[in-house]
Amino acid sequence: MPATHSKAPFWRSMRWRDTRAALLFISPWIIGFLIFTAWPVINSAYLSLTDYDVINDPSFVGFDNYVQLFQDPKVGLALRNTFLFTVMSVPTQLVVSLALALLLNSATKATGFFRTAFFLPKMTPPVAIGILLLMLFNGQNGLINAFLGVFGIDGPAWTTDPAWVKPGLVLMSLWTVGSSIVIILAALRGVPQELYDSALVDGAGWWRRTFRITVPLISPTLFFLFIVDSINALQSFTEAYTAFFGSGNTTYSNDAALFYAIYLFQQAFEFLHMGYASALAWLLFIVIMAITGVQMLVTRRFVHYEGGQP
Amino acid sequence: MSRVRKILTWAALGVFTVAFIYPFVWLLSASFKPRGEVFDHRLIPETFILDNYVKVWQEAPLALWMFNTLLVTVLAAVAVTITSAMVAWGFAYFRFPGRGALFGVVLATMMLPGAVTMIPVFLIWNSLGMVGTLTPLWAQNLFGSAFYIFLLRQFFLGLPREPFEAAKIDGANNWKIFTRIALPLCKPAVVVTLLFEFQAAWTDLMRPLIYLRDSSTFTVPRGLKALLDQFGFGGEWHWEIVMTASVITTIPMIILFFLGQKHFIKGIATTGSKG
Repeated sequence: MPATHSKAPFWRSMRWRDTRAALLFISPWIIGFLIFTAWPVINSAYLSLTDYDVINDPSFVGFDNYVQLFQDPKVGLALRNTFLFTVMSVPTQLVVSLALALLLNSATKATGFFRTAFFLPKMTPPVAIGILLLMLFNGQNGLINAFLGVFGIDGPAWTTDPAWVKPGLVLMSLWTVGSSIVIILAALRGVPQELYDSALVDGAGWWRRTFRITVPLISPTLFFLFIVDSINALQSFTEAYTAFFGSGNTTYSNDAALFYAIYLFQQAFEFLHMGYASALAWLLFIVIMAITGVQMLVTRRFVHYEGGQP
Repeated sequence: MSRVRKILTWAALGVFTVAFIYPFVWLLSASFKPRGEVFDHRLIPETFILDNYVKVWQEAPLALWMFNTLLVTVLAAVAVTITSAMVAWGFAYFRFPGRGALFGVVLATMMLPGAVTMIPVFLIWNSLGMVGTLTPLWAQNLFGSAFYIFLLRQFFLGLPREPFEAAKIDGANNWKIFTRIALPLCKPAVVVTLLFEFQAAWTDLMRPLIYLRDSSTFTVPRGLKALLDQFGFGGEWHWEIVMTASVITTIPMIILFFLGQKHFIKGIATTGSKG
């Protein structure tokens, strides 16, 4: 007889007991995943091939929604707005948060106070940020234009002029770079001091030390922020929706602020075009994946990993 | 560091601090000004009044909105913390076939944009007749959330195994080991989870926009948007009311930050969470 004869059956083994206990602990996530992720993904793919207004049953239309995507001028507009905002806001946020983190890192006292000051705006609810945007950037009597006026500059109509709506949103987004500053600061603290000491001995100036030592060493963090910020910017909704689109019975809108997520929201929950909106969602998914993929390929070469490529 | 450089650093930090804090001060100051002086940009109101606060309270069911928001926020934060910790413990402590692959699925769900599942999830709540109630704003948290599962699992993995093995030998069951030993040891990560979710639930606008219909069910951010539509761009041009309501919406988050400052900063620095 084989030796396995005396072994306890599987369902009484340690391994099975561990598995059973683990599955019990994990079960909330498994149930939630099936109901709120797996099923919705399948249903969304199906709905994108239908016309569905919630009241009547979905009617199958094949790829009509996807064809319509490419003919809908608003989709083009929304994509253009979203790309422009992303391209303007992500690099600016990165540069500003890096500059402020470097500044904070070179301060010797009261760093906690300054860090708190820079981080606090991040606590503001996005709705309130949208409202602040309307106030601060108001063309006639906003604070920003009053400030520009001190220097004799006649500020633009940030909140109404289509050419200035997105720059206003970008500037406003700089107010909430606090979490990026905290993340970069943590990375800066991890740069070994010996490297600076030897660079100082070699007579390297501040500029050289920063861009030859510091920035390369924290480049994985900057790369991470670049990717995450881009993904978030491509889905931005609340600030722009609050400031430029009326909800309910109030119907004011500004096409210059029509971001993709806003158009998707309107199609789904204001016009009840659930099928078309599902197709819009899948296009967004593909666009985000494609952009993230390209960013990873292109920026990879500039990222320095301690101890070689991972 | 040279003296000049030191002075320049301090000057720059000072200027940026003013730039970051001034919008708060401006907003707070405006909330105490009468309608005609809201945009006068004076730091100290020329005419200091409390009327705006009284008026907001009369114009909007603020107390009710506050209550709704607090209810949703507490339920969302507590639910997500308990279940995420359970799931994270399941992944961190036990060894079982397929663990790596299953955890890979947890991580993969974080890559999926919310837009893809938003519509079918709405349809689920709609078929349950829950649209218009507060339930859809928090009940999904009963099933954990990938980001927090990841965060808590990382923390659990950093704990030494000995206390758990010792408790096991002493005859403690798995649930006891989790609640009596693992959770207390993991307090910092639990606090971070509570704080992050509290902030996320308090400030969310999209879900209230999707699910809430009647003003009496609104959360504060949803109510603030409604006030903006009525008194701001919508036509009545009473910006002082909108500003005062913005102050009231923001203050709880500022308090939350100062209560948990250390945890917020540490949580963000270690997880890279962008909130």
